Amino acid sequence: MSTSSGRAPLDTTRPLSIAIMALGGQGGGVLVDWLVALCEANGWVAQASSVPGVAQRTGATVYYIETLSVPPAARGTLRPVLGLMAAAGEVDVVVAAEWMEAGRAILRGLVTPDRTTLIASTHRAYAVVEKQTPGDGIADPVAVFEAAKSCARRLIAFDMAAVAEETRSAISAVLFGAIAASKVLPFARESYEAVIRSAGIGVEASLRGFARGYERATLPLDRWQDERPAVRPALAPVGHAAFDALVARARDQFPAPCHDMLAAGLARVVDFQDVDYGRDYLDLLAGLLALDRSIGGEARGFALTRTAAKYVALAMAYDDVYRVAELKTRGSRFSRVRREVAAAPDQLLDITDYMHPRMDEIAGSLPAPLGRFIARRPRLFRALDRLVNRGRRVRTSRLGGFLLLYALAGLRRFRRGTLRHQTEMAHRDAWLARVREAAAKNYDLALELLACRRLVKGYSDTYSRGRSKFDRVMAAAKRLEERNDAAAWVRRLREAALRDEDGAALDGALKTVESFL
Amino acid sequence: MAERSFASEVHKLTLGDGQEFRGEGILAITKALLQSGVGYVGGYQGAPISHLMDVLSDAQELLARLGVQFSASASEAAAAASLAASIMYPIRGAVAFKATVGTNVASDALANLASSGVTGGALIIVGEDYGEGSSIMQERSHAFAMKSQIWLLDPRPNLPSIVKAVEDGFELSEASNTPVMLEVRIRACHLHGSFIAKDNKPPAFTLRQALENPRRDVNRIVLPPASYLQERDKIARRLPAAIEFIKSRRLNEVFDGEEKTIGIIAQGGMYNGVVRALMRLGLADLWGTTRVPIYVMNVTYPLIDDEIAGFCAGKRAVLVVEEGQPDFIEQAIGSILRKRDINTALSGKDVLPMAGEYTAEVMLAGLRAFLAKAAPDLLTDRARAPNRPNVADDPRVRALERVVPPRGPGFCTGCPERPIFAAMKLVEKELGPHHVAADIGCHLFSILPPFNIGTTTMGYGLGPASAAAFNVPAGKKSISIIGDGGFWHNGLASSIGNAVYNKHDGVIVVIDNFYASATGGQDLLSSRADNRTRSTGHPITKAVEGIGVHWVRQIDRTYDVARMRDTLKEALSNSEPGPKVIVAASECMLNRQRREKPLFDKAVQGGERRVRPRFGVDEDVCTGDHACIRLSGCPSLSVKRTDDPLKDDPVAAIDDTCVGCGNCGEVADAAVLCPSFYQADIVYNPRPLERLRSRLRNAIIGFLQRRRARRHPLTTQAAPA
Repeated sequence: MSTSSGRAPLDTTRPLSIAIMALGGQGGGVLVDWLVALCEANGWVAQASSVPGVAQRTGATVYYIETLSVPPAARGTLRPVLGLMAAAGEVDVVVAAEWMEAGRAILRGLVTPDRTTLIASTHRAYAVVEKQTPGDGIADPVAVFEAAKSCARRLIAFDMAAVAEETRSAISAVLFGAIAASKVLPFARESYEAVIRSAGIGVEASLRGFARGYERATLPLDRWQDERPAVRPALAPVGHAAFDALVARARDQFPAPCHDMLAAGLARVVDFQDVDYGRDYLDLLAGLLALDRSIGGEARGFALTRTAAKYVALAMAYDDVYRVAELKTRGSRFSRVRREVAAAPDQLLDITDYMHPRMDEIAGSLPAPLGRFIARRPRLFRALDRLVNRGRRVRTSRLGGFLLLYALAGLRRFRRGTLRHQTEMAHRDAWLARVREAAAKNYDLALELLACRRLVKGYSDTYSRGRSKFDRVMAAAKRLEERNDAAAWVRRLREAALRDEDGAALDGALKTVESFL
Repeated sequence: MAERSFASEVHKLTLGDGQEFRGEGILAITKALLQSGVGYVGGYQGAPISHLMDVLSDAQELLARLGVQFSASASEAAAAASLAASIMYPIRGAVAFKATVGTNVASDALANLASSGVTGGALIIVGEDYGEGSSIMQERSHAFAMKSQIWLLDPRPNLPSIVKAVEDGFELSEASNTPVMLEVRIRACHLHGSFIAKDNKPPAFTLRQALENPRRDVNRIVLPPASYLQERDKIARRLPAAIEFIKSRRLNEVFDGEEKTIGIIAQGGMYNGVVRALMRLGLADLWGTTRVPIYVMNVTYPLIDDEIAGFCAGKRAVLVVEEGQPDFIEQAIGSILRKRDINTALSGKDVLPMAGEYTAEVMLAGLRAFLAKAAPDLLTDRARAPNRPNVADDPRVRALERVVPPRGPGFCTGCPERPIFAAMKLVEKELGPHHVAADIGCHLFSILPPFNIGTTTMGYGLGPASAAAFNVPAGKKSISIIGDGGFWHNGLASSIGNAVYNKHDGVIVVIDNFYASATGGQDLLSSRADNRTRSTGHPITKAVEGIGVHWVRQIDRTYDVARMRDTLKEALSNSEPGPKVIVAASECMLNRQRREKPLFDKAVQGGERRVRPRFGVDEDVCTGDHACIRLSGCPSLSVKRTDDPLKDDPVAAIDDTCVGCGNCGEVADAAVLCPSFYQADIVYNPRPLERLRSRLRNAIIGFLQRRRARRHPLTTQAAPA
């Protein structure tokens, strides 16, 4: 059949192809330069191409290299015709400098089981669309891991950003080490190191990163490991008699599945106010536990109580002026800032906090009668707002700024009398009343109503928008209450509310709900 | 000063006869120009041409030694116009810019140049920004070459071929008295490869000789009746001369194969892709040996009818591989075959797509389809229907479609343009959306998340001009954006002058970041830096006032979001006739860091006191609503998960790449977001007195902190006395 039979067969030499997936500004170009120099130093022919263009400004970009050994004698006469771009199914090595870029390579079909070694950093540089979501927009890394396991002939993956940080080098150096360790190119380790040396910039750091990358690449990655396993705090005494009594009470009174959330919740509310406040919290939860038991909560692992332990604590430990002042002046905060900005011991650190209190926050912080007096007089309110509503940069590390916030934080003992506290408690109680009411009829719906508390967050306008979304979801929930699928719908509404800032997704979801009500 | 320094590449330009040049395509072209005895070079930066301009800029000493004049042209039009030096004098000149945007801008000068005809070789190097990674409208330069009778070279994408095309181009230009366009695709420009160099040649006839011995010939000036003669001359004399040269010098190549009954006609730039696709179908090898004959058009205009007819004669079918639309070449070949009554079946856009880049996959599918039709026996069963499992069908891969986020370009960390758009977003929240005319430049990233600002983009420097129609009484004004690059490119006249003359009362924001940043940080007229070889430091406000704008505000720190917002509001509410121009000026952070960071490090190492600001987020205070990110999108402002079991959502976090520009804090303040942001000023090498004061302060603060911690039930044990 084949007409080409009987002719001299074509040479079947193939070049080794390497695709490098990187983000603009991540040093992908450096890695390409190293690889080309490495191949050329070993007598190989290498062709690299890229499309920097606008992608070099933080966007995703692909570099591509084809390389092969050409006998020195033939180099003048025999010139390979090399490809300029990665082709699906035709790539031997895919190097991804970030985990979702590894996912992008897989999606583009560049990673195939017959030939591709995938060398990728598991760290994340979140894309804008992931970061800007009001809720949790972070893409699922496990999905990429599953696909990588299924598509790659070989997978070498670890957190190279962490290694780079640890060795004070760059991801490109760590990747170069991992490539060396993978042996996809038949060159000696020394040859790689010589390339780094001859490039002449940041040699020592790059060699450190290279060496650690080389080591790490030899460890297999069989199972995806979450960088942050869920924390389950224990209900344990801390050495403060009154608080420890509360802990003992909680351990006695509440079933074990709720203990972790209770521990977190109790610590939060006591931290927010005082031990008495913690007692109020446990009283409230005890009531919910009784309800939970009466509606068969035991069979559900007391999910209602556990969920309530979380969201009631959040509702009780709201963010007011006193809370912020307290958090900003703590010793532990000062040392955390030092750590976060990586200030060396011999360096001084000045901290300036950016605050912008409005009359809303101030009125809320006043004793309730006074706050209400002002709030009910719009002209007075506006006049006062003009006085206070401006950005304030507080130098918290200097005495003046510190003492101001410190004193403010000290006023929290009067918090129970403030307008804000009364509003928050009324809001909490109305919400819990709805939860109780729903629980009797529909356990799952009650859980969803509790979780709606997640919508209330942020400060000023963001807070108001959150509150309004919360109110709209709760109102819709009321109308859905009698339906069997009410819980599923409330969850959908809540998820929609967390998708965008202005509530466009929520509007859409509410319209759908309207359509069948 | 450009973003990337090519100082180390400059020495490659000095390589002599027989030495091997290794490097990027665009540098190889630069070297080829010097080997060809070029007398002057001009151009306008823009991917993929920027590196040519940057390396020449860094090589000015070498150019001066060789006697080569180099202009960083104000625009592509200015660059093309400079080729006028080759009309009357036997001087080789070359200009470079990105296409087709550059060819659009340059087309007036190019058309005039082509009509006059040239004496010295005139080469127009266009970086064809087409396909993946392109930042412009998808069009072809081919049409420009055809309409003006400029010859178009499209060499095979390897360094020796590209270098040869430069040398051939000059000769072709001189042999036919016609400017020649050399088209290099984006990947070829950034291709790393090698070629054997030749010695550089100083120009045979110098510009100085020309200036001192001026010549003129009224027949070379574009004005009737000469212009009629020039058109006839193009057809009667210059075209045949070009065809003769192309034929005799064999600029096009035939790679013959055994399967004589079919063939492929490809643009030079497509050659590697064609061979690779044939290789995957088992019909070629890596060294270019092919079973299917290939006619490679290193010259894609004019077509050499005899060569094409000769190649097609006796063949059952040929495939034309011509990237982009319309299918100029395929149509022309059809006409050639028809007129000569050659009955070869013509394939092209029937098996390959009319629009879009010919990627490796597209090429493979196209060739497979052609062969299946024209020579089915050539395809093995495996090549015809590959039995490889397709990874795209794997459900785990399909699941990624919903997981992997899009990642377009965006503003760099600390970019001074970010706060301008943050301010615009705040204005939008307060006054509602406005019609925003965008422009070309980094600032165009405003159209993407998180800002989503900007409706149209009509061309470099044309932002305000593109709002010209919105000059009617209305409840809202238009806002238009223009960068300093676009402003000096042509915006001063086309956009600002236009608005003044027509009494347009819209708001114009001129974004002045001291460089042409999107193209790699080249200096321009209003750059603040001292540039040894160029004249800088000409303020935009003076130009704007000079052209007749009365309402001008200059903001010297764009990071002042509140001021930016208030100035915009003031401009939008002003009722005077005429444009309101806000010049928002802060230095491009990429360039600033490149300049300042080494100085900072050196000072710190030398024991000098320095303060480095950076920002942070208190994770206890942050509630994870991400409102700050929706007003920023800064790469260093990200999110992180916390250990707090009470928090469902990740909190905001600032990483160590923060350059302390202040945008976060300013936005948190101006938008009244939240009190989570802090600025940390790290003092390197503090002075003794400062150290002492700090120690005293910390003693008092530490005492108070410990006192309160001890009184607190949860920290009573942890806090030391």
